[in-house]
Amino acid sequence: MAVCIAVIAKENYPLYIRSTPMENELKFHYMVHTSLDVVDEKISAMGKALVDQRELYLGLLYPTEDYKVYGYVTNSKVKFVMVVDSSNTALRDNEIRSMFRKLHNSYTDVMCNPFYNPGDRIQSRVFDNMVTSMMIQVC
Amino acid sequence: MEGLTLSDAEQKYYSDLFSYCDIESTKKVVVNGRVLELFRAAQLPNDVVLQIMELCGATRLGYFGRSQFYIALKLVAVAQSGFPLRVESINTVKDLPLPRFVASKNEQESRHAASYSSDSENQGSYSGVIPPPPGRGQVKKGSISHDTVQPRASADQQEPASPIVSPQQSPPTSPHTWRKHNRHSSGGNSERPLAGPGPFWSPFGEAQSGSSAGDAVWSGHSPPPPQENWVSFADTPPTSSLLTMHPASVQDQTTVRTVASATTANEIRRQSSSYDDPWKITDEQRQYYINQFKTIQPDLNGFIPGSAAKEFFTKSKLPILELSHIWELSDFDKDGALTLDEFCAAFHLVVARKNGYDLPEKLPESLMPKLIDLEDAADVGDQPGEVGYSGSPAEAPPSKSPSMPSLNQTWPELNQSSEQWETFSERSSSSQTLTQFDSNIAPADPDTAIVHPVPIRMTPSKIHMQEMELKRTSSDHTNPTSPLLVKPSDLSEENKINSAVKFASGNTVADGYSSSDSFTSDPEQIGSNVTRQRSHSGTSPDNTAPPPPPPRPQPSHSRSSSLDMNRTFTVTTGQQQAGVVAQPPAVPPRPQPSQASGPVVHRPVDADGLMTHTSTSPQQIPEQPNFADFSQFEVLAASNVNEEQDNEAEKHAEVLPVEKASDPASSLRVAKADSKTEEKAAASVPANVSKGTAPLAPPPKPVRRRLKSEDELRPDVDEHTQKTGVLAAVLASQPSIPRSVGKDKKAIQASIRRNKETNTVLARLNSELQQQLKDVLEERISLEVQLEQLRPFSHL
Repeated sequence: MAVCIAVIAKENYPLYIRSTPMENELKFHYMVHTSLDVVDEKISAMGKALVDQRELYLGLLYPTEDYKVYGYVTNSKVKFVMVVDSSNTALRDNEIRSMFRKLHNSYTDVMCNPFYNPGDRIQSRVFDNMVTSMMIQVC
Repeated sequence: MEGLTLSDAEQKYYSDLFSYCDIESTKKVVVNGRVLELFRAAQLPNDVVLQIMELCGATRLGYFGRSQFYIALKLVAVAQSGFPLRVESINTVKDLPLPRFVASKNEQESRHAASYSSDSENQGSYSGVIPPPPGRGQVKKGSISHDTVQPRASADQQEPASPIVSPQQSPPTSPHTWRKHNRHSSGGNSERPLAGPGPFWSPFGEAQSGSSAGDAVWSGHSPPPPQENWVSFADTPPTSSLLTMHPASVQDQTTVRTVASATTANEIRRQSSSYDDPWKITDEQRQYYINQFKTIQPDLNGFIPGSAAKEFFTKSKLPILELSHIWELSDFDKDGALTLDEFCAAFHLVVARKNGYDLPEKLPESLMPKLIDLEDAADVGDQPGEVGYSGSPAEAPPSKSPSMPSLNQTWPELNQSSEQWETFSERSSSSQTLTQFDSNIAPADPDTAIVHPVPIRMTPSKIHMQEMELKRTSSDHTNPTSPLLVKPSDLSEENKINSAVKFASGNTVADGYSSSDSFTSDPEQIGSNVTRQRSHSGTSPDNTAPPPPPPRPQPSHSRSSSLDMNRTFTVTTGQQQAGVVAQPPAVPPRPQPSQASGPVVHRPVDADGLMTHTSTSPQQIPEQPNFADFSQFEVLAASNVNEEQDNEAEKHAEVLPVEKASDPASSLRVAKADSKTEEKAAASVPANVSKGTAPLAPPPKPVRRRLKSEDELRPDVDEHTQKTGVLAAVLASQPSIPRSVGKDKKAIQASIRRNKETNTVLARLNSELQQQLKDVLEERISLEVQLEQLRPFSHL
């Protein structure tokens, strides 16, 4: 149901970005990039003291006429950005949350792999499959 | 996609190819492995194949839909014709010959047949590996052909140019050893291309071949196989089938082919006979793995930490990505460490990879840690899903292994994810249900519960006393007993005269009658005049004449107490004794009182004294000389309690019962005392007289009477002497009876008024408590909402 899913590292470079096959992937890349600003804004708004209580799910970052962008940040400042189609009105907040949870779990599994060097692009097939499962419905 | 016009021949050809590749019979999507094999068979350079795939859009989509497939085929034709690959060339290039695949058309049909048959062979995939059509003479080909000799040995010759070792060197060695191994290996995995782990470290080249074309193309990790002609081994069954078909197409190395075919035939035969799991670990292999495990971790039940495993497997020179995938597959419990089983599985996968097998998308059942006893090797078909592409092929394995969906490695993941889903949804929904639930619960019992607290102790209040009096008077009204009637009047008078406390007690007593429900402490008392006694024992004078049967009134009062009272009252006048007799039975639940009545009687003086001074319940006792003794007992008990004298509104009800108790107690006492009706009567009078000293007028009367009666009870002889006195008292009271009759109405009205007041007070109290309850519930709900809002933090 998501149109584009991206995993951004702490230093704001993408660890993984994938979009459903639509013509303008670049547009999604750009949207994700701009959403990073919003993510940072939300993180900083929380305040330093509230880091522990900060909710990992950031919610709707900003909506465009066609898409909605949701954000999620882990405690290690790794950000997940998800772009969903606005026409997909059936998507509830809970579902978005659960999708992020799945993402987080898969990301954790990837991290646990001793063969994965943090900072590398995520090339795990399992992770790919999981992301595909979240995106493929569109097709 | 781009528009595509196909000629009829092309259409037919393409559809045939599509159905060939569509081993899953989905009619929509073809297995990438097959497609890739096909493209390889097209004898095009790898990069051309890549380009074709990108152009047709499969790269973007991740799978080959029919349209993509057709476009790809067209592009193959274009490329084979030597035209530059362009999207436009699909339609612009006219008269394109049909794309040529090394596996010529005649193979297609055979492929079809073989694919299905070989699929059943499962294992046959590798065994059936036949030297792929070598096609162009490429260096690697040679090695590949060698590899093909051992069908199992090299699954994929696509990348003979392994980044690590030149395939030319290694393959010959391993295949030979492997073949020997196969020959000698006992049953089971004869097909296993995975020979002893030892030689595996050398045949690095084979490892590369393992990466399917799909991997190469789609993942882009491994270099695209230089051989275009080679059919990828990615899909084991399909490849096997394909390969089996290929012998005919093998152009070079016929000798090799024959050899291969021979071996293949043997293998096929063997495979057809047994449906073995290509991923099964032979004993020899397992032993080797265990030995390797011991080198890292001496304890076979222990774990190998991730870092140690990483070092170990890095030695295999497999690309990190593949090692990463192997780790993902083999670390079943995702704990970052490898148990013996997991280690064996990982090692086996490495070996397989080294030999050219594609890594499966999901852990094969045979490699799974033996958590589940899985004998069903039915769907080795999930092997085919090994195409590295994460598109539809990923779905292939699950569909192909319906018999063991639970065994798939994704199962725990799914479970976890489902748990995540469930927990999340549960959480969200449960919170809502919680709140709703709470709101539902709210209105339930609390009301009743809250209403009840009122009862109890006592401290009769003025109002209650009055109400009690009212009730009593009203009851009196119903009773013909004149003495009772007199009592109310007396009580009313006494009430007015008495101290507020006494009044209160009386009222409370009356209230107690009315709210018998709340009167939990002594329900029986309410039932009987005992209640009156209790209230009477309360400080307030018993205004409500014992005579008036307790506020019979309230429906809540299911007690027949009033009835009893009436009965007793009716009897009192006449046969007081009878009434007395009747009394005891009327209060069965109160054995104590009856028993206590004795002692109570014996201490009439004290009790009465107390009563007189403390008890407020008016003792219209003269009218109730027949009251059971236990009333006295209760009076005693109540008196102790009543000493508190709480005049709080909330305790009105409490007071009431007390008063009731006191009243009936006193009355009972009196009644008991007056075993002899007349004597009692007489005694009452003198009691009254004697008690004239009582500070309270009203109480004195009944008290006096009671005392008198008690005195009479004790000493029979005295009674006799007092008889006259009693008689006199009775006589005295008698005339008062008619007087009371006259005053009945007033008394009754007064009692009614008091009762009403008590009612309103209680009603007000009730509403206040209800309001408090609502407030508390609201607070609770708000707190719970807050709690749930905070909950997400704990869960994340």
